[in-house]
Parts: sequence; C-alpha cells; structure tokens
Amino acid sequence: MGLHHEEEQHPELLHHFAEPEQQRNAASLGMWVFLGTEIMFFGGMFCAYLLYRHWYFGDFGAASKSIDATLGAANTAVLICSSLTVVLAVWAAQTARRALLLAMLCVTMLFGLAFLGIKGYEYYQKFEEHHVPGPSFSFENVPVPGHPGEYANPRHAQIYFSLYFLMTGIHALHMIVGLGIFSWLLLMAWGGRFTPAYHTPVEIGGLYWHFVDIIWIFLFPLLYLIDRHP
Amino acid sequence: MSATNVVPQQQFERETYLNKVYGMWSWLLTTDHKRIALLYLISITFFFFIGGFFALLIRLELLTPAGDLVQADTYNKLFTQHGMVMVFFFLIPSIPAVLGNFLVPMMIGAKDLAFPRINLLSWYLYIIGGVIMLHCMMTGGVDTGWTFYVPFSTNYTNTKFVEAGIAIFIAGFSSILTGLNFVVTIHRMRAPGMTWSRLPLFIWAHYATSIIQLLGTPVIAITIVLVACERALHLGIFDPRLGGDPLLFQHLFWFYSHPAVYIMILPSMGVVTEIIPCFSRKRIFGYSFVAFSSIAIAVFGFLVWAHHMFVAGMSVYAGLVFSFLSYAVAVPSAIKVFNWTATLYKGSIHYDAPMLYAFGFLGLFTIGGLTGLFLAALGINVHVTDTYFVVAHFHYIMVGGAVMGYLGGIHFWWPKISGKLYPEGWARLAALIVFLGFNLTFFPQFVLGYMGMPRRYWDYSHMPEFQVLNVLSTAGATVLGVGYLLPMIYLLWSMRYGKPASDNPWNAAGLEWKTSSPPPTDNFKEEPVVTWEAYNYEELDAPPQALEVPVG
Amino acid sequence: MLNNFPLWPESASTIAHRVDALYIFLLIVAGMMALLICALVIYFAARFRSRPGVRAEQIEGSNALEITWSVIPFLVFMVIFAWGAVVYFQERTPPTDATEVYVVAKQWMWKVEHAEGQREINELHVPVGRDVKLIMTSQDVIHSFFVPAFRIKQDVLPGRYTVEWFHATKPGTYHLFCAEYCGTQHSGMVGSIVVLEPAQYEAWVNGSPNGPLSATGEKMFAELGCSSCHRSDMPGRGPNLQGVFGKPVELADGRTLTVDENYLRESILDPGSKRVRGFQPIMPTFQGLVTEEQVNALVAYIKSISTAGTRIGANAMPSAVSASEGSVSSAAQPNGNQVQQ
Repeated sequence: MGLHHEEEQHPELLHHFAEPEQQRNAASLGMWVFLGTEIMFFGGMFCAYLLYRHWYFGDFGAASKSIDATLGAANTAVLICSSLTVVLAVWAAQTARRALLLAMLCVTMLFGLAFLGIKGYEYYQKFEEHHVPGPSFSFENVPVPGHPGEYANPRHAQIYFSLYFLMTGIHALHMIVGLGIFSWLLLMAWGGRFTPAYHTPVEIGGLYWHFVDIIWIFLFPLLYLIDRHP
Repeated sequence: MSATNVVPQQQFERETYLNKVYGMWSWLLTTDHKRIALLYLISITFFFFIGGFFALLIRLELLTPAGDLVQADTYNKLFTQHGMVMVFFFLIPSIPAVLGNFLVPMMIGAKDLAFPRINLLSWYLYIIGGVIMLHCMMTGGVDTGWTFYVPFSTNYTNTKFVEAGIAIFIAGFSSILTGLNFVVTIHRMRAPGMTWSRLPLFIWAHYATSIIQLLGTPVIAITIVLVACERALHLGIFDPRLGGDPLLFQHLFWFYSHPAVYIMILPSMGVVTEIIPCFSRKRIFGYSFVAFSSIAIAVFGFLVWAHHMFVAGMSVYAGLVFSFLSYAVAVPSAIKVFNWTATLYKGSIHYDAPMLYAFGFLGLFTIGGLTGLFLAALGINVHVTDTYFVVAHFHYIMVGGAVMGYLGGIHFWWPKISGKLYPEGWARLAALIVFLGFNLTFFPQFVLGYMGMPRRYWDYSHMPEFQVLNVLSTAGATVLGVGYLLPMIYLLWSMRYGKPASDNPWNAAGLEWKTSSPPPTDNFKEEPVVTWEAYNYEELDAPPQALEVPVG
Repeated sequence: MLNNFPLWPESASTIAHRVDALYIFLLIVAGMMALLICALVIYFAARFRSRPGVRAEQIEGSNALEITWSVIPFLVFMVIFAWGAVVYFQERTPPTDATEVYVVAKQWMWKVEHAEGQREINELHVPVGRDVKLIMTSQDVIHSFFVPAFRIKQDVLPGRYTVEWFHATKPGTYHLFCAEYCGTQHSGMVGSIVVLEPAQYEAWVNGSPNGPLSATGEKMFAELGCSSCHRSDMPGRGPNLQGVFGKPVELADGRTLTVDENYLRESILDPGSKRVRGFQPIMPTFQGLVTEEQVNALVAYIKSISTAGTRIGANAMPSAVSASEGSVSSAAQPNGNQVQQ
C-alpha cells in the first residue's frame, strides 16, 4: 500500500484516500450532493402543495388557520436556536473544546426533542379536532378568511391536511434521523475521536441538521401562515 | 483481433481481489468495489431471469387471441411485475452498479469509490428491496402496471401495491447512493494527470447518469410515498373525489421515469464508446462532442417528461412545448450515433464479440431513436401512444440499446473481471442470435401498434387480425431467450475452464487495462500518473515494445 | 389509400388521412436516416476491416462535421415538429357546431348518451360526414377512448370532462378500445363505432324511446330545485343561465373565465370554488347526489338554452325570448340541436 507512514500520522485516513484533505473534501461533497437529492425529495411535495394552494386558496387559508400558529412559531424558534448550537458544536470540535462540544451536541439534541414534542402536541390537537384525513375527517362550516359568509370546502381542506401531515411528518422523520446522527456524534465525541485535524463527521452531521432546519423555515410560512390576518 | 494467450506463470500466485480472502463473509461484508460489482452482477442476473420469465409468459399468452393461458388478473400481474422487476431491479442498476462499480475507480486511477461502505450499503438496500419485491410477488403480486397510475393504484386495485412501492422506494435509495458515490469519486478521486478532458467517455456517461439518479430518483421516491400514504392511510393528494388531480401524479411520475430511460441508456452509450475505439484501433471521433452530448442528454432529459401525457388531458400548448423539447433531446443522441459511425472511418476494424454487440447496439438504438421521432410528433403520438408502437419503441431503447451495451461491456471487460477468456465463437453466435431474436420480437410490434393494438391487453379475440404479428413476436422472444441464456452459460463455464487472460487481451487503452487481470484489491500496485489522452491507440499500436508496460 | 394493405389500419376519418400522411413522411425520413447509418456502418466495417500491416488513421474530429450533423437533423426535426403540431391542433380543436355525444367510462364499459336521448353501451352509432364531439368523463379510474380507424385517442379522467372529436368519412364498423390500463378486464373494455349513412342513421335515431338529453336535463333542473334560484324570468338568487354557455363570466375573486362544460360540471358539484361575482355562496353541492349521467343531462340542458343565444349574441337579446326559443326547440323536435346546426 505504501501509505503506512501516513496512516500513523492520520489514524482516521481510510486506505483508499491519498491524503486527509481528499477524504474531507469527498465527505463534504458527498453530504452536499445528498442534500441536493433531499431538496428534490421535498420538492415533489412542495410542487403538489403549490398546485393545490393555487387552486383552492380559500380552503387552504381556512384549514391553515385552524392550526395553532404559536406552536409553529415556537418550533421555528427552537430550530433556529438549535442551528446556533450546531455551529457552536462545530467550532468546539475545530478548536478542540471537548466539554463545549459535548454540551452543544446535548443541547442540540434537547432542542430536537423539544421540537418533536411540540409537533406531537400539535398532532394531538388535530386528532382531537377530527382534522386527520380519512373516514373520521370533519371540517364543516369553517369560514374562509376574508370572505364573510363563505365556508371552506371540507374536501379541499382534506387535501390541505393530507399535505400538512405528510410534509411535517416527513420533516419530523428527518429530525429523528438527525437525532440518531447526533447521538452517534455524541458517542464519538465522548470517546475523544474528534481533533482539530479530524472532525469531518461533526461538520457534515451539522450540515444535515441545518438542512432539516431550512426545510422547516419553508414549511412554517407555507403551512401555518397562508392567509392569517391580525 | 485475437486475444494474447501468453500468460506469465506468476499470474497464478499473484494476489487478486478474487483470491485475497475467501469465505462467504469476506464477500458479504466486503467494501471492495470490484467484489460489490460481482455481488450486483449475480443479483441483477437473478432478477433479469425472473423478469424474463414473466416476459416469456406474456408472449405465450399473446400467441393466441383468446385469454387462454392465464387469467386476466394473472396477466395484469405478469406485465406489471415484468416492468417493475426489469426497470427497477435490472435495467437501472445494470451497467452502473456492475460495470460502473467495477470500472469507475479503475478508469480514473483510484483505489476504490469514495465511500466504500456506502457502496456496500447500497447493495444491501437493493437486496432488501429485491426481497420485498419477491415476497410481494409470491404472496399475491401487484397489478397496477409499472406506471401505477392513480386513482387505480390508490383506490381501485386490490393487490399489494404498498409492498411493491416500498420495494421500489428502497431500491431507489440504492440507486441514489450509487450515483452519489460516482459523482464524488469522479470529482475527488482522480489520479494525478487524469484531467476532465482525459477521462474515458465511459466516465462522462456515468457522471451524467449519476446526475439523473441524484436529481430524479428522489422525486419517484416521494411520489411512491404519496401514493402509498393515500392508499394505506387514506390521505388525499391525488384523489379526484376530493378535488385532487390525477395528472399531478403523472407529472411527478414521469419527471423521474422519463430521465430513468437515460439512466439505462447513457451507461450503455458509455460502454459502446469504449468498445468502438478499441476494436477500430482509433481515437474516438469528436471526444468533446460525445462527452458534452452525455451531459446535454442528462439536462434536456429532465425537460421532456410530459411527452408521455399528450393525450392525458394536458393543455395543447403544454403539448407543443414538450414536443419541441423532445426533438431538442434527440439532437445529442444523433450526435453520438454519427460520432460512433465516424470513428469507424479509416479504422482497423476487428470483429470480436464485444464489437458485434456494439454494432448491434448501433442498429437497435438507431431504430429505437428514430421511432422516438414518431412518438414525439404530436399528431402521430395521439394515435400510437399506449399501443404496441410504444412498447416496441422503448424495448428497442431499453433492451435493444441498454442490454446490448450491457452484454457488450460484460464481454469486453470479462477478462479483466474474471481473469479468464470466454469462448469467442460462442460469444459471436450469441450476439447474432440476440440481434436477430430481438428484431423478430419487437419489429412486428411497431406494425401492430400502428394498426392500433393497445398495450396491456390480455385478450384480443375481438381483433383476430392482430394474431399473425403476435405469433412472429412470440417466436422471436423464444430466439431472444436462447440468446440471453447462452452468455450466462459460457461465461460461467469460462470461469472454470476458460483460458487465463493476459492483463490486456484487447490491447485496449485505459487505466483498467494497465493493471493485472484480475486486478489486485487496491487496483494498482502504485498510484498511476496519467500523461496521455484517452484512446491513445496510436501510441499503443505504434512500437511493439509499448505492449507490455503495466503500471500496476 | 392503403385500405387494402393488411398491415395498415383502416382510415375512416378526416384526421386519419392527415395522420397517415405525416406517418408516411416520417417513415421515409426515418427510413433514409436508418439506411444511411446502417450503410455507413456496414461499408466502414467492411472497407476498413483490419489487415496486416495497415494501421488505423487517427482522426481527432471535425467541428464542421459535428455542426453539420447537429444542425441538419435539428432542421428536419423542426419540420416534423411543426407538421405534427398542426395535425395535433386539428385533432384537439372540435368544430363549434359538432354533434355532441356524452360518454361515461367505468370499469369496464363505455356508456354513451346522445343529445337526442339514445343510450348505448360499448357501441356508438354516428352518421357519416358529420363532426361528432365526445364529452367524456369517468366514474372510477382513468380510461382512454381510442378509435384506431379514426386515429384519435383521449384519456378519460374521473372528476372532469375531456373532449375529443372526429368526422367519419366512411360507413362501417370500427374498433373502440380502452387504451389506458384500467384493471382486470381492461382488454374487455372494447366496443364498436358504427358509422351509418345519414338515412340509416335517421332511422336508427327515430327508433329510440327516450326523449332528448337536454329534455331529461330540463326535467332534472326542475326536480332538483335548480330553477327556484336560477330563474330566467326575474333576477334569482343564482345567476340566470340563459345564454351563459361559451360566454365569459366574472368570478367573485376577480378572475374571468369562459363558461365551458368543465365549468358547468364543477359548478354543479363544487359550487363554492368558482362563484360568479355578485352572488352569495349559498348553493349546496350536488356531489354524491347526482350520477355522472345526470350531470351530463344538466350540462346538456344548460347548453341547450344557450345555443340560440351564442349565435345571435345573448347580451343584445332579452333572455325571456331566448328561453322560450330554447325550450320550444328542445321540446318539440327530438333533433333540436342538429336542426339548428
């Protein structure tokens, strides 16, 4: 192999890379490309959402208004804070601050759990109100915002709630995967695997977390704030 | 050109990727791209014969106009599962996951793909998807057509669509991970001196393919999720009873499934672009045009999806735009065909089996491409869409083109993969049988299609005038079946009894030929440094002493 | 032209000949291209086969050639594109005065209703030499109405109307196929188009026991209580429907659209979504209360009270007059629509 001397210097260098920088670049390009595929994945749902929102704007507005926007706003705040802690975690890894790294990874995961908790409560509310699509769905006599005397078409509202559950559900699934990644990072960090020379997993794990946040930044106004007026 | 049979004795002691470690787990847990390629080779061959078996039953049913061999529901399951197995479990992974996996790192002078463990994961995902698909087929099956149009698949079929959907979803992620690995590998792992303009065109084709896999596959994945949730959880996205739009499904579906055709054909074009220069002993004609036409196909390929929907209820003006763009994507394909042809000019042409497959590819792909012009013409499309004309057209591309290229590639690189030579006479015979059998099977279907026979018909007893052509087609399918069985037999035979191959039996250009056959685990003994352009056949053929200068 | 050739479908409509002409043109162009490539490949392969002592001549490529074989095919493609587009526009644009036939598809049959009231299953009788427009919808999954002899095909979707038309040129019986896979008996969803000489067709029409479709619709219009709001004699709670068909209408949200079959259908089944400006959202939905056939009858009725108006210009004309004309013509003559056309 002829690389033994290098392997001693860089224990994390995999055998098929010539140098650590190549490995780092490959990992980070890989994550960016993967996030590109994720955009296409969510893109299909955004596309469906935009079509129906254009067709059934009033009904979507009415359905959107039935969701507790404060919960959504709280979740937005939680995720923005978690992005900050992720950045701090990456910085801690770069500058060999192990305690800070561990703390920030933990805080990030707590934010993630808080997000899921709030989301779960929101789902519970929707369940109580019979807004879950299916045989028990009910959305009768809900006025369309800004059009007195008009009521939302329950069938169109059902499309809205289908999209709402799918988009937030798949986003939440990504959040759960993120928590898995961060547990693994925490374990590695606990074992002292990260050094200023090698902390690529923290970086690309962080990229993933930011991506999940950004998706939420789009979901929040699209789903919660369609036609709200003070 | 006859292969060099003189093999140095030490080959048998030489450590190769095949003999380095033994045992089942050394294969099932390998991260070596070459071993993973062989795992894929075995598994896709398995699915190819399952899909082929379904095809045979379909053709037998259509031998007579009445529905007499199988029940209507069985027939619907047969063509559905034939499509799903062939598209998602054979054609999509065929060349990229087998030849691409084996060759991409070697051609660019890397020791492995950028993410070997992800590579192994993608094979496991494929296998998990495949096992679920098999389970689905054995416990009832699915009858939605591989296109699983809503609202039939969401609300009306009583077969196991959700399970088939999960299988395809998982196999899709296998495809995404393969594409991701290739893109990163081609960007980051090239050997010193291997600039973009020196890359073999096989690599350019795989780069373009990977882009499609990365950008297209997630869209089919989410489409499957939407349909499965609508079916299983009673969500309503496409349901017309709620005001949903079934056409939205078709847009999402074809946004992937049209470019998916290019996932199948681009790698095949890449293979042919390697074979033709080698057996013409020439540089490829117009390197940069061939390279950029691959990228152009990948990009334009994303803009033509709705040409599958000209009669679906779309606006006339949308039809115009998509018809125009479909003609635009035909241009880069035409460029490739002309460049291959021009490469032959003033060459020194050898008729070895891989070259025969490449000739076959040229003929069948040309017919497939030209009949695409018929389908893209709006006025004709209305008449021939959803008939056997379409069936014939896409089989010419996806079987005539893609499988011909795949078999050509398997033969071309077989000495490198296995270290053995296959029996040349049998290989030439198989190429001929496949070509003739293929044309006999599918050419009559063009005529059937223009006569108006709709696809997916189990029983055509109301229109007995279609029988003669169907008999021809079934006869051809039998010949084709023999043609596909032959290579499997003699290639397997050669693994044990074939003559050992030299490192470069074709005297071909390319880094993969500069290492031993079969290659060592790390591909090269020393990291290669590239100082030559691709397809430097002039240098290879010039001085006799240039023949044996292995880098590895 | 090719009607006696066994491998060629019959051509029995005006469009069929146009499609065939383009198809033959394409056969020639594609055949020439295929021959050219095959001839070159075979010639090169034979002429430049490897010979001892003869080495290949290395050629880099040629930009001039590359541009030639990109531009020339592209120009040929554009000719095909333009020709195909023209034929497509003809296929997709029904003449305004075509005879209208309503088609409802379901697993696995075609239900046909003529404006004159005849009902058929898996058969469609039409006269030779007349434009026929099919207004189609599906009760369940997507189907496709395909008549090879006419070279026409159109998917039939649940929840909306799609339209196709033809002008049969030759009496005879032709295949009708469902071309979009629709389940178990997809291949059994076939039927016949029977093209009759005008005299035979009149005889066939007169043998029908049913009244015209628009009369059925008029009866339903009264029975369902539509007429209590959509009044023609005085301003009602709903818009006056006399003469609305084919006219632009302004919606409550400010958009303007032209009243067509799909808009009428949507307004019956989902009245809230595209409400006419100046009216309250009080109309109940009829989704689930009326069958597809009944919707067709209502649409046919509303169109029948507009046909006179569309000719003369409903705006200039007192609606009461056009109303009486419409009802007289549809009540007194079974073939009211055709006579006007």
